[in-house]
Amino acid sequence: MTLLEQVRYWWRELSGEAVYDRYVAHTRSHGQVPKSRREFYRDRTDAQEADPREGFRCC
Amino acid sequence: MPETVPDTSRPARRITPKSIVIWSLVALVGATGWGVLALSRGEEISAAWLLAAALGSYAIAYRFYAKFIANRVLKVDKKRATPAERLDNGVDFHPTDRRVLFGHHFAAVAGAGPLVGPVLAAQMGYLPGTIWIVAGVIFAGAVQDMVVLFFSTRRNGRSLGQMARDEIGPFGGAAALVAVFAIMIILLAVLALVIVNALKGSPWGVFSIAMTIPIALFMGVYLRVLRPGRVTEVSVIGVALLLLAIVSGRWVAESSLADTFTLEPGTLVIWMVIYGFLASVLPVWMLLAPRDYLSTFMKVGTIVLLALGVVIAMPTMKMDAVTAFATSGQGPVFAGSMFPFVFITIACGALSGFHALVSSGTTPKMIQKETQVRLVGYGSMLTESFVAIMAVICACILEPGLYFAVNSPAGALGPTLESASEFVKGIGFSITPDQLAQMAKDVGEPSIAGKTGGAPTFALGMSEIFSAVIGGAGMKAFWYHFAIMFEALFILTTVDAGTRVGRFMLQDTLGNVWKPLRDVSWKPGVWLTSAVVVGGWGYFLWVGVHDPLGGINQLFPLFGIANQLLAAVALAVGTTLLIKSGRLKWAWVTGIPLAWDVAVTLTASWQKVFSDDPKVGFFAQRDLYQDALDAGKTELGTAKTREAMETIVTNSTVDGVLAAIFAILIVIVLADATRVCIKAIRNPGSAEIKEAEYVESKIVAPAGLWATAEEKAELAAAAAESAPEGGTPVAAGKS
Repeated sequence: MTLLEQVRYWWRELSGEAVYDRYVAHTRSHGQVPKSRREFYRDRTDAQEADPREGFRCC
Repeated sequence: MPETVPDTSRPARRITPKSIVIWSLVALVGATGWGVLALSRGEEISAAWLLAAALGSYAIAYRFYAKFIANRVLKVDKKRATPAERLDNGVDFHPTDRRVLFGHHFAAVAGAGPLVGPVLAAQMGYLPGTIWIVAGVIFAGAVQDMVVLFFSTRRNGRSLGQMARDEIGPFGGAAALVAVFAIMIILLAVLALVIVNALKGSPWGVFSIAMTIPIALFMGVYLRVLRPGRVTEVSVIGVALLLLAIVSGRWVAESSLADTFTLEPGTLVIWMVIYGFLASVLPVWMLLAPRDYLSTFMKVGTIVLLALGVVIAMPTMKMDAVTAFATSGQGPVFAGSMFPFVFITIACGALSGFHALVSSGTTPKMIQKETQVRLVGYGSMLTESFVAIMAVICACILEPGLYFAVNSPAGALGPTLESASEFVKGIGFSITPDQLAQMAKDVGEPSIAGKTGGAPTFALGMSEIFSAVIGGAGMKAFWYHFAIMFEALFILTTVDAGTRVGRFMLQDTLGNVWKPLRDVSWKPGVWLTSAVVVGGWGYFLWVGVHDPLGGINQLFPLFGIANQLLAAVALAVGTTLLIKSGRLKWAWVTGIPLAWDVAVTLTASWQKVFSDDPKVGFFAQRDLYQDALDAGKTELGTAKTREAMETIVTNSTVDGVLAAIFAILIVIVLADATRVCIKAIRNPGSAEIKEAEYVESKIVAPAGLWATAEEKAELAAAAAESAPEGGTPVAAGKS
């Protein structure tokens, strides 16, 4: 990996932008059809709505 | 059942001369730092010594003590698959790179807490706070975080409350639940009070913080409708708008709009309550999710900047090492002597029970290897402790006179700068009215006297450091408001998210009585329970703002006690699990911090309930004002009317009852845990621990930040093995 690629990789991992790609890779490897990006993020915020303890931050 | 897994995680120890030299040097740096701190009396010392003492101690603790706990006490097993590997669904459960998870875990545990407590405790000088922050994190806080993370990982990421119920019993579990709810209410009230105190009479602050709401809404729509999931884009736009909001705050403050944005504390309380309610019932995507991105970027960015700033500017500590208030207990910021109140006031950064909720929440479901609990759990907490040390530095590089003028309650300071100057002189420090006026002008505020709560003090210190590095004195006002914005942003996010968590717990509990309430999609139920939670913290916030004795000094000890109560629950769960799993000889690892925490918390509660000193004891305070009322007096101390005196009587009663309830809860949890432990010791065969089954791990990944030579060989072997099949990323951890 070049330096630029490394920076990009770490940034996407830390900012959470890589979450969808990871999900797509996971579902494909299990032979399923992944949700669209839009649907995926809707479901994620809806899940947080249903159980706000997930991803709660501290003081 | 004792664990029978062979101790495979401990390779043969080879101590190279190189490592002996390196670690001796690290120890020397730390020891020199402590030596200078201990021996300097009267002269001003550089903040560099504080950093040396803290960082040297952290390094030694992480290298030796944390490793000892991981390998010998917890017996982390690199061959055992974590829930992230076994239950991998690509979303909630997913083996995450240890360095990424360290970042996420740190961002989740560190917030406003480590910036507030140390600032308040600075009234006793920098030394008591610093010693407790460093020793506390090494022997208690980081241990708690790592142990809870480990046990939760072994239980598929079960929460602290569930573990308390499973492993201690229904009593302990119920007490833990009540503790979490109570601390949530007090925490939200205290954090909201910090913001109200920072924003009162500050048009610049009010305008720029208010602007974060439309900015977050815009980001929310962007992420939901326009470009879903494009976090980087939207964050760049968001941060740019945020900086614009800070800059434009000055224009507003200097324009005719200034009066519109100059708000009384009471008005701000009403706005906070309205905001808290609306934010918590709006969909997550609108406000919470985008604001969470913004506040996390701001938080991590500012902390990195601050660390650089401190190292480059190397400011000098102006505060005494130990002030007279450490022993007299008569400090204006909070009452009570060093033991136990420094240990109550500084929770986050040294030992924070709240972290146990994060360590038993998202993180255990993402951790790749058991061996990584040291980096993620212990390491993140050490980093938070470092943030707390920087807060100590920010508070203590200010002139002590300024520190006390900012942090003393408005009632004590009186109405004018002259009276404030007189008060500061009366407690043995000095600052002239002109200096106070000039300081306020420098940071673009109408006044800075009586701005309690820690945030303004921290912002003053930060602006001092930043302006020394970038921009000079002309940039002070910008940096001050940058710091206020950075604290306000994540406090407002916590108010929103915390209200939601409180509501969820309330719905879950009340749902046992009346089923429909448990349905989180039933709007009236959501609105009702949200209103109850907001009403709860709103009440304490209102009280905190209108208390004639000052709000922060009354409420903050309660928050500290509640937080340490939660730590007692977490450490009790850890100790019980160590004993139940046949590790009695190592039970002191969590047992000693537990004993210390209980001693501190119960002493503090005891003094808050039974002390004869009306400044410390809530009921003594109540009696003092009730007797005065009965005697027909119309004023007493800072209470200038009968109404104000009645307010104090009510507040002291409520606070005193709460302090007593917290103490009783601790005793219940301890008694229940002791019962379970004694049973397990008497009859080791009977103890049942509820771990998930053992599955062998297929992932190869290093434990620490850097791969050791042995781990590199393992990674290479795993990569060679998987290559013929098309290169599945078994050797995770490569970058």
